Amino acid sequence: MMKTRKHEPLLHIVKRDSMSYKKAVLIRIAAIVAALVLCAIITMVVTGQNPISVYGTMGVGAFGTARKTWVTFQNVSILLLISLALTPAFKMRFWNIGGEGQVLMGGLAAAAVMLKLGDKIPNPILIALMTLAAILAGGIWSVIPALFKAKWNTNETLSTLMMNYIATQLVAFFTVLWEMPKGSGKIGIINQNTNAGWLPNIGGEFIGSKYLLTIIVATLITAAMFIYLAFSKHGYEIAVVGESVNTARYVGIKVEKVIIRTVFLSGAICGIVGLLLVGGINHTLTTTMAGGQGFTAVMVSWLAKFNPIIMIFASLLIVFLSRGAGEVATNFSLNQSFSDILTGIILFFIIGCEFFIRYKITFRRGGHKK
Amino acid sequence: MINLALLIPKAVVQGIPLLYGSTGEILTEKSGNLNLGIPGVMYVGAISGVIGAFFYEQGLSKSGAQPNGFLAITIPMLCCLLGSLLMGLLYCFLTVTLRANQNVTGLAMTTFGVGFGNFFGGSLIKISGADVPSIALSITSKYFSASLPFADKLGWFGSIFLSYGFLAYLAILIAVFAAIVLKKTRTGLHLRAVGENPATADSAGINVTMFKYGATCIGCMIAGLGGLYYVMDYACGVWSNDAFGDRGWLAIALVIFTIWKPDIAIFASILFGGLYIVYLYIPTGMEHMELQQLYKMIPYVVTLIVLVITSMRNKREDQPPASLGLPYFREER
Repeated sequence: MMKTRKHEPLLHIVKRDSMSYKKAVLIRIAAIVAALVLCAIITMVVTGQNPISVYGTMGVGAFGTARKTWVTFQNVSILLLISLALTPAFKMRFWNIGGEGQVLMGGLAAAAVMLKLGDKIPNPILIALMTLAAILAGGIWSVIPALFKAKWNTNETLSTLMMNYIATQLVAFFTVLWEMPKGSGKIGIINQNTNAGWLPNIGGEFIGSKYLLTIIVATLITAAMFIYLAFSKHGYEIAVVGESVNTARYVGIKVEKVIIRTVFLSGAICGIVGLLLVGGINHTLTTTMAGGQGFTAVMVSWLAKFNPIIMIFASLLIVFLSRGAGEVATNFSLNQSFSDILTGIILFFIIGCEFFIRYKITFRRGGHKK
Repeated sequence: MINLALLIPKAVVQGIPLLYGSTGEILTEKSGNLNLGIPGVMYVGAISGVIGAFFYEQGLSKSGAQPNGFLAITIPMLCCLLGSLLMGLLYCFLTVTLRANQNVTGLAMTTFGVGFGNFFGGSLIKISGADVPSIALSITSKYFSASLPFADKLGWFGSIFLSYGFLAYLAILIAVFAAIVLKKTRTGLHLRAVGENPATADSAGINVTMFKYGATCIGCMIAGLGGLYYVMDYACGVWSNDAFGDRGWLAIALVIFTIWKPDIAIFASILFGGLYIVYLYIPTGMEHMELQQLYKMIPYVVTLIVLVITSMRNKREDQPPASLGLPYFREER
């Protein structure tokens, strides 16, 4: 015999049909504010500074000087680009967490062209070849798991994860192979004397010219991705496959083709990031070049609900926190990982607040029912 | 010829953190939760244990008391379990109660956990105002790495089987126990049902939420012990930032390699431990140091191949739990 419940439960969770856009944004902003308050309190406990000056210090770290501001925007651009790269795959429910590896492979290909053809061909052709190599390398690296997924339904979260470490070790292999000088374990600045293959500084002699190219590329790709996802036939196919593979098959979309094409695009943009890092920003190749941003980008893309425009703000928030917390940590001779803790807290709050957007909690009405 | 009596113990000590991590993750995944936060949890487990041991040693040196073996082991262990449990609860609260996306939550936990570990590892001395140059917990770690007193008298047998600290044997016991629970008990059956199809399990009267919380939290606590073993036994109580490296991810890879079976994980983790350090033993010559980097790739390539082969063969008992990674909401069936 089943026991009959005497009381209606106190809480009851119901899925919302829809929520006004304004209200959803308000909930998210409330969550971010709550997280920032908690971050301030934690920083206060650790450093003894009052919360308002904590954010003052963070502001100085991110925007204190013209150079710092440019670097902040360059970092935002890189994170934004990787997030954009992952987005079409995510929209298709293909969990590409291999951004890290795809960026590394793009960088590796660019560095290889730069080193081997450096002074043998004219610079514009060299840069074109580097771009092509980076796009192909990143694309191919992402297509390998996509082929497994399309053919045998291999879990892509896990296979892209493994591809990251294989890429890291490949880069480590070539780092030792090409090390300059021998025995240093580092490649050093590539083509330091000739600057062959270095991506151009844009806008002549002003402080931001070093950083401008990355920012322009990010802006262009953001706009292109927004249009691609929202208005193109490909974007529509991606959305259908993401919603239901069976529906997609039924309406005649070749699901395997869409998966492979989209994931190649995803990897190709990561490859471009590798190119920008090697050819434009670092002028060298290291295993830690991507710096975990392949993983951070997963969260940025998801937090922005796969919307390229919102992704700009999400990346800015994450980069601001990490550079700001870096400044706090330096001032108080604390460990730089402080920023990861703050980023984690912000993420937990935003992840948690999604619940209140999708569901509503109704309380029991009118006391106990007999 | 590689000396097995030397290599095997080295593979085992590398494998034990992986075994803790993968046993924990197997339990978690069996409940349908794909916890990518395990690397973070292992960092938090390690640093929580270190914090406990650090304050215990500080207390000892202030009061001048003799170290007590029981306290030296239980304080770091309880701190470690508590830290990992809190991480587990956080993950469950977000993914089970609030039904958040598991991949994103897991990655956020890893960012947070690794940051938490490195931050306190690097700043603990500054924050607590202690008068020591670095975190080196020699007193407490001695109790963790103590092996049986007669182990080194037994030659190769002693070094292969008896030369480890107690946490190594605990790891194997936990894995065996987990395998038995999963395979032979009603609790294990219910847990697997929750991971395969929570809606069916729910209608059969199984408390899905409780099983998901229970398996994930216990899984996190087990994984956290892996971090504790690494720092207190393997690293002799010396904390250095990022030293734990990518072992947490390797533990997740191991889950696939063992096709979700903790008993296979015992051997697989030792194999992976061996693969993790095998590059030190393959002679490359000074001319070709770069080849070492390729040998370091082996564990990941092997995992990828196993992953692809299991999906190719498509055998039902080798598949991931069917609802892995999906949130469950009763009213959405």
